[in-house]
Amino acid sequence: MAVLELRGITKRFGAIEALRGVDLRLEAGEVLGLMGDNGAGKSTLVKIIAGNFPPTTGEIRIDGEAQHFTKPVDARERGIEVVYQDLALCDNLTAAANIFLGREMKRGFGPLRLLDYPSMYARAASLFGELKSETRPRDLVKMMSGGQRQAVAIARTRLTDSKFVLMDEPTAAISVRQVAEVLALIRRLKDQGVGIILISHRMPDVFEVCDHVLVMRRGLPVAEKPIADTSPEEVTGLITGAIHAA
Amino acid sequence: MAKSTPTRPANPSGGIDIEEVTGLRERGLAGVLFASQPFWITVALAVLCVLMAYVAPAFASLDNFYNITRNFAFIGVMALGMTAVIITGGIDLSIGSIMGLVGIVLGLLLEAGWPWYVAVSAGLVAGMAAGAINGYLIAYLRLAPFVVTLGMLSIARSAAIVLSGNRMIYDFGPGADAVYWIGGGSILGISNPVWVLVVGALVFGFIFNATAWGRYLYAIGGNERAAGLTGVPVARIKLQVYVVSGLTAAIAGILITGWQGSAINALGVGYELRVIASTVIGGTNLMGGEGGAYGAFIGAALIELIRNALLMAGVDSNWQGAFVGLFIILAVLLERLRGQRGG
Ligand SMILES: Nc1ncnc2c1ncn2[C@@H]1O[C@H](COP(=O)(O)OP(=O)(O)OP(=O)(O)O)[C@@H](O)[C@H]1O
Ligand SMILES: [Mg+2]
Repeated sequence: MAVLELRGITKRFGAIEALRGVDLRLEAGEVLGLMGDNGAGKSTLVKIIAGNFPPTTGEIRIDGEAQHFTKPVDARERGIEVVYQDLALCDNLTAAANIFLGREMKRGFGPLRLLDYPSMYARAASLFGELKSETRPRDLVKMMSGGQRQAVAIARTRLTDSKFVLMDEPTAAISVRQVAEVLALIRRLKDQGVGIILISHRMPDVFEVCDHVLVMRRGLPVAEKPIADTSPEEVTGLITGAIHAA
Repeated sequence: MAKSTPTRPANPSGGIDIEEVTGLRERGLAGVLFASQPFWITVALAVLCVLMAYVAPAFASLDNFYNITRNFAFIGVMALGMTAVIITGGIDLSIGSIMGLVGIVLGLLLEAGWPWYVAVSAGLVAGMAAGAINGYLIAYLRLAPFVVTLGMLSIARSAAIVLSGNRMIYDFGPGADAVYWIGGGSILGISNPVWVLVVGALVFGFIFNATAWGRYLYAIGGNERAAGLTGVPVARIKLQVYVVSGLTAAIAGILITGWQGSAINALGVGYELRVIASTVIGGTNLMGGEGGAYGAFIGAALIELIRNALLMAGVDSNWQGAFVGLFIILAVLLERLRGQRGG
């Protein structure tokens, strides 16, 4: 059974029809590449799955159960973690503070449940270690490079045993070496049975880690293909509309 | 590719620098200190003290010290609540008026013969209620803090005037002695308002640094949308922070009323600006996301010290307003310069 299933998702922003009926299935341990031109509706789809706003029509099912998220925390409680395109970080806080934001580790009891700094720093350091990132837990995010910021946003998704992770352009704006690390991380998550939706404009990334690719054009999925049965040329054609559908 | 074992959470001792956990490797203690505005304000304060003691020996007297500390305690207490508000990226212009309203509520209940603790509790509740109205409008109806609290500035003042029948209340009935002592008394040679400020600063410093609630204030001020996405209850916390600000205004109002021994409805006029000036001088960023309890304390101290120095130098004390205004502008300018340098 699919861990995540979308049926007929549409979304209108006033006169704009950002999504016009999207169906999608994601199995456990599957990496689905989501591609499409700017404004195709990829981020909108991610935000709907993540509970930022409800779809205008359509249904979201997790493990076969229909979901009605009213806020992002609802989605997270159902095991959905997100790396947003703009990363959604607080620049004035440290890396560790950002990772644990909204789910801080505490010690003590009753009203005196205080922030457990040593545990959070240690856990953050081990998460960065897993990501093979040079990011230091105590550094302020505003002092960080693009790659380090990305590492913080990704580390945040690894705090819990989430069922699937949505990544909105996690490899934009980072160095070649860091891209390789993010891709390695995606493979490791996949091995652990985590389902992943990877949004990317970078063809090599998608062909390296994805099992399927779903191409969207103007709010509609135009093709879904196993990665083995397609080629970068075909996908490019589908994105631009040179190839109508496959 | 080999199947890695799904062991999460990962062994926390694996591959961590011990300095990561215990030390301040990234920025040494000295580095942190020299980059902090409260530190430099403390230095300025110390220099000014030494200078004044040298020029005007009367300055260094115990009496003058007692007066200065008590005077800035009222402002400092409110600056603590204001700091919390400004950290979230908000502002509370209504605190001077809330102070006035609380003084009148306190005075009226005492005059009617209620015991001091009933009158004091009612004053605290009145301050928090006004703060809750501010907070509800700002957090849930998403109105601009500037506009809402400016409205409350007018409303609370007018309520104070109407309730008092526009007269001074000085007959504090059977609760009088207790209330006089609360605001005008001292323990171990230090006036009660100063004790309240010191304890308050410790409590706020603790809340800002050691609790999740405190951390959420900074998160909201840093990136409100990100805070919301990660599960911070943004609206609830914004509501609460204005209640806290109303509470500190009420505490200051009760202390000052007790000290003066009478309640007038003009109490606290213009205080909001002195409080905001103290807060920004202490290093709280008016754009939100940055600030602390010690800064509120030291900022209030510096303003009062300068006022005192001017008085001793024979300068018309009405110039104080000009200095407060100048300080707010200078602090913002300093913030801009720091922003350009630090990036
Ligand atoms: N909150 C919103 N209000 C109004 N219109 C919106 C909103 N969010 C997205 N849109 C519109 O919906 C369409 C799809 O946007 P979306 O961000 O999903 O595209 P995208 O595929 O992620 O593009 P990109 O590759 O540039 O990130 C665009 O036309 C956009 O302007
Ligand atoms: Mg997008």
